[in-house]
Amino acid sequence: MIRFLFKGLLRDKTRSLMPILIVAAGVALTVLMYCYMTGVLGEMIETTANYSAGHVKIMTHAYKKNKAQVPNDLALLNVNELISKVQKDYPTLKIVKRINFGGLLDSPDETGETKKQGIVAGISIDLLSKNSKELDRLNIRDALRKGRFPEKSNEVLLSDQFADKLELGPGSKVTLITSTMYGAMSIQNFVVAGTIDFGMEMMDRSGMIADITGIQDALDMKNACSEILCFLESHTYDDLEAIDIEQSFNAKYSDINDEFSPVMSRLKNESMMSGYFDYIDNFVGILIFIFLFAMSIVLWNTGLIGGLRRYGEVGVRLAIGEEKGHIYRSMIMESILIGIVGSVIGTIIGLGFSYWIQEVGINIGGMIKDSKMMVPTVFRAKITDTAYYIGFVPGLFSVVLGTMLSGIGIYKRKTAQLFKELDT
Amino acid sequence: MEQNQLITINNLVKNFPIGKGKFTALNGINLTFKTGEFAGLVGPSGSGKTTLLNIIGSLDIPSEGYANVLGMNIGKLNIKNAAILRRLHLGFIFQTYNLLPVYSVYENVEFPLLLINMSASQRKKAVMDALDWVGLTDKIKSRPAQLSGGECQRVAVARAMVKKPKIVLADEPTANLDAANSHNILKMMMKLNEELKTTFIFATHDEKVIQYLKRKIKLEDGKIVKDEIIKTNKEL
Repeated sequence: MIRFLFKGLLRDKTRSLMPILIVAAGVALTVLMYCYMTGVLGEMIETTANYSAGHVKIMTHAYKKNKAQVPNDLALLNVNELISKVQKDYPTLKIVKRINFGGLLDSPDETGETKKQGIVAGISIDLLSKNSKELDRLNIRDALRKGRFPEKSNEVLLSDQFADKLELGPGSKVTLITSTMYGAMSIQNFVVAGTIDFGMEMMDRSGMIADITGIQDALDMKNACSEILCFLESHTYDDLEAIDIEQSFNAKYSDINDEFSPVMSRLKNESMMSGYFDYIDNFVGILIFIFLFAMSIVLWNTGLIGGLRRYGEVGVRLAIGEEKGHIYRSMIMESILIGIVGSVIGTIIGLGFSYWIQEVGINIGGMIKDSKMMVPTVFRAKITDTAYYIGFVPGLFSVVLGTMLSGIGIYKRKTAQLFKELDT
Repeated sequence: MEQNQLITINNLVKNFPIGKGKFTALNGINLTFKTGEFAGLVGPSGSGKTTLLNIIGSLDIPSEGYANVLGMNIGKLNIKNAAILRRLHLGFIFQTYNLLPVYSVYENVEFPLLLINMSASQRKKAVMDALDWVGLTDKIKSRPAQLSGGECQRVAVARAMVKKPKIVLADEPTANLDAANSHNILKMMMKLNEELKTTFIFATHDEKVIQYLKRKIKLEDGKIVKDEIIKTNKEL
């Protein structure tokens, strides 16, 4: 019987082609939207993790309360010992020290007089250790525009845009004017090793990257740092794993009555990130519901038109002795076949476009020129395992639902009218 | 009930509601049909022919009285059992053929057998036999749109006959055919009636059909006004 139905579907293009096209289009859009949003939101989250939040982050209670001000006077002390302990407790975590800093960057002329000045927002990372993965983590290996990466603690990288503004280039001397963690004025000379294009508008305006040892010297932060960032072994944020680590760390090390005791915070609890995560959680459901709803209505209508076209066929089948329930179920069976074929086609098309956007990306740099958010300028889709089956949910359900609604008419047929209906 | 008696109808009444009143389509019908009859319900439009055919075919139920088809009380049959009766024992032929357009001749004839879960090899033999009876073995791959009206009606006859039903009900089967095709179809049905002992019951007012009938039941205003056995020359 299934073979018989399948033959009918293959031959009657008006019965199969239109629904398959609708399902394929809906599924392709679902897959594309899913991959795009997964890519965009995932990239935003991972970028935030890599630059500022880690998957979990250790600070002091006091720093955490005022972190928007980057208060290095409230930084963690004895960090090497703390890192050793944390690494022992959580051997799979990748742990790095970070110091965020701000100040005035002075560009002197040949005589040492100020030529140009600009406000700088910097991060210091481990640039010089042999095993450091920080350049890869911040994804700036390919972002070098001029010069080279720092090889000494007094060498820095500047954003290409910022360097142009201050008329600086590789080899230029700059002076960082800021304050130490104890509140004293700090004036430290650095050499520009190279310039980079961060690909994030906020960092491109005034960004600076320095080796952490150089900044520890400048800010008088020996064996201290603003934050300790920890990354999960999978390189991808997993909230459940992060909660476990956060809770066990805080139970062991954190003392709420000591504002200088360490406290761990997971990425989701960082400002604005919770909303992103909730959005991602809800996004798939919303996306499926929208396409399920829209496609069901269209397919219901298509089913009604098909029902009119097949009025005679259903009548004959009833007269021959096929039960109404059997006809109804056979139509649902047909719709499942249509749903599967449409979903496969739609998924292939959706994955094709997603792959293209994953590889090429969409550059939105022009749109976020003034953005203060840490967002990448090129948005890319991301094909995950879920993308291979997510489209089947709206694809199959919509066509089955549409058929179920339109097929109700079968139960309203009166067999007593069949001769009259079929003889006209 | 006699052993070869297929259908017994006693005091059958069929009413249809019209507004607050009712219209009586059949009024006090008493009839019996035996195995191998070639009978026709004849009469003008509105005389109740199709209504009676509906009740015999378990497509409708009587308002009053009793209709027994193959030992089953039509008035007491539920929808499921009515469908089973039609599926197993009744064949239907319509005025406008009603073939499934996307399927081939072979598949159209095969369809009733799929509903009774016959094995593939048995199905193939039964379909080829049925197409052989109607002389269409050379058209098995054709679609209905590629056939003439006469050929379509022959396929419809094959579809009705393929499961070798005890009773075939035909409503104006020649209304859309020219004279030559009508005679061919009727001769073929007579042959099947004689060879397979299938009971044929027609609802018709077509003189071409009437002249082939062995029994003519004339209906007027829902009542039988004449029930006549037509004897052949041989019987005379």
